[in-house]
Amino acid sequence: MTGKTLYDKVWDSHVVKQYDDGSALLYIDRHLVQEVSSPQAFDGLVEAGRPMRRPDKHIAVADHAVPTRLRHLPMPDGLASRQVSRLMRNVEKFGVPYIDMNDRRHGIVHVIGPELGFTLPGVTLVCGDSHTSTHGAFGAIAFGIGASECETVFATQALRQRKQKRMRVWLDGSLGVGVSVKDIILALIAKIGTGGGFGYAIEYAGSAVAELSMEARMTLCNMTIEAGSRVGMVAVDGTTMDYVKGRPLAPAGELWERAVAEWRDLRSDDDAEFDREIRLDVSQIAPHVSWGTTPEETVPVTGQVPDPAAEPDPARRARLQKSIDYMGLAPNTPLRDIAIDRVFIGSCTNGRIEDLRKAASVVEGRRVAAGVSGIVVPGSASVRIQAEAEGLDRIFKDAGFEWRDSGCSMCVAMNDDRLAEGERCASTSNRNFEGRQGKGGRTHLMSPEMAAAAAVMGRLADVRQLKG
Amino acid sequence: MQKFTILTSVAAPLRETHLDTDVIFPARFLLLPDKKGLGEQLFNERRTNRTGEGPRFVLDTPPFDKAQILVTGNAFGTGSSREQAVWALADFGIRCVIAASFGEIFFANCVKNGVLAIVLDEAAHEAVMKESESGRPLTIDLAAAQIRFEDGTTLAFDIDPHRKRTLLEGLDEIGLILTDDGDEIAAFEARQRAEKPWLYLSDEQVAVLRQP
Repeated sequence: MTGKTLYDKVWDSHVVKQYDDGSALLYIDRHLVQEVSSPQAFDGLVEAGRPMRRPDKHIAVADHAVPTRLRHLPMPDGLASRQVSRLMRNVEKFGVPYIDMNDRRHGIVHVIGPELGFTLPGVTLVCGDSHTSTHGAFGAIAFGIGASECETVFATQALRQRKQKRMRVWLDGSLGVGVSVKDIILALIAKIGTGGGFGYAIEYAGSAVAELSMEARMTLCNMTIEAGSRVGMVAVDGTTMDYVKGRPLAPAGELWERAVAEWRDLRSDDDAEFDREIRLDVSQIAPHVSWGTTPEETVPVTGQVPDPAAEPDPARRARLQKSIDYMGLAPNTPLRDIAIDRVFIGSCTNGRIEDLRKAASVVEGRRVAAGVSGIVVPGSASVRIQAEAEGLDRIFKDAGFEWRDSGCSMCVAMNDDRLAEGERCASTSNRNFEGRQGKGGRTHLMSPEMAAAAAVMGRLADVRQLKG
Repeated sequence: MQKFTILTSVAAPLRETHLDTDVIFPARFLLLPDKKGLGEQLFNERRTNRTGEGPRFVLDTPPFDKAQILVTGNAFGTGSSREQAVWALADFGIRCVIAASFGEIFFANCVKNGVLAIVLDEAAHEAVMKESESGRPLTIDLAAAQIRFEDGTTLAFDIDPHRKRTLLEGLDEIGLILTDDGDEIAAFEARQRAEKPWLYLSDEQVAVLRQP
């Protein structure tokens, strides 16, 4: 008998019932609840007259629609404030623990879950948000669901699911100076495409992954959904345990010892088999920047905008042309000649303390270029407080950035933080879709270091040249 | 949930790939409170000319403005998990989406709303796209798992048996789990709690969590 993959181990330990058709009823240990995907799910419970099965398995927080400035004032009346109030009424009615936007523990669901120790190794965790894959960094099966499935979890604490095929992405070698994990995941998506992960759960393995911090592993797993896979995972090791230990909701004392004994096995067995394996030598990866309107439309910063005329396949040619038109670019333009208007540093992808430290190290002693405006939005209040203790806020403010409160902000543009029509943004977020950062806005995805470099240069720039 | 059995309708041909859920339903409308009426915002940014002269988006172009079937390219519905993308399609009147591939969360959301999502291989997909472009109606027969053209051409499609039954019978999945599997869930919890008690927050932890 061959060994088990990490995914198999976590899956098998959560099967409540195996159905004849191959699907299984999977127990869900953790559910993060936010204001956008939950109202209809709560309404569904009320309409059917059903109770919530276990309120203590959920944590609710409003992250998408909340403002990132003037938080001491009441939110102006409007759809956003009504959506937040509705969440507060629902959690009150059903007894779900809630974290207010002015709480010191507030933040984006995918940043605060791990910070609180709500996210633990080996759990099943869901949220009505596609970037739930983030939590797979802890050796958890974590995936995004729609509002209907949120309702199912409210009522049953379980979901009927089909097991995914398994893909392993080996990342070996050492990252070059100025290159970060964001560049690895962008390079991977450029290689396998936004549909490359359809049907698979991805495990990241190899020497480069072993060296990554938890923050970096979360960035890696976070953008797995942009490669088409709902699930991205990393095996549990000492780095994982060190991060989790002492968190408010993590086990302590004797329970900690018992948990750790179990968690040590949360890795793929040496003889485990995968359906697909991919290898990347990360030492060969340059900083990457997206030029188009899907994350796979990404090239090294030393490259240029592709030329549709050179694409033989008509469907692909049309797709390239459409992206180029939307982005307001000309074929064959070197990326480093593209001027920007805005910079956004933040999001569940790159709003953690390490990200802010890296961006600040580039910005320090420099100024945001004339005509460019930039905002830094910490992923959580705890990240903000830590950054302020380290003086990072001063570095950003001295350079001309705005320093904000925690939230999803300009990654999804559901609050006031958004691009105007035609504005071009260097962004550390995860999606460059049409209109993602505001109607008609143009997004270039990149790492925090690269966004900082773009801010200083006023155009897309290679951070390695700035540092050197 | 509304049952899906047999559907005959013109099919709107949307020859594009990578139409993510932000394009299907832009994020700023996620603040709207209800499921109903979201068809108004479906593909909002593409529908710049809904009733006037000149070119219009396919879903505003007769006869496709009454289409209950949408035929589109690969990677449809990738990105955000927002179920509003499906609610908006359903509210507009779309009951079936045919594509070369789908974003997985979107695909899962479809069945919860009585919308049939069909994946076809390249040859079958192109045939269906061409037939849609002709304006002739398609018939989708879920029980037989077939797409039929007016001229009698029949194409088979694959569908997971549980998904098929859920759509055919309009099943209430939550109700089914509660009645059929409620005891198993309780037994699982009791066993898991004994074996891995750290997965269950202590009263002290919950109290700390609830403290503002």
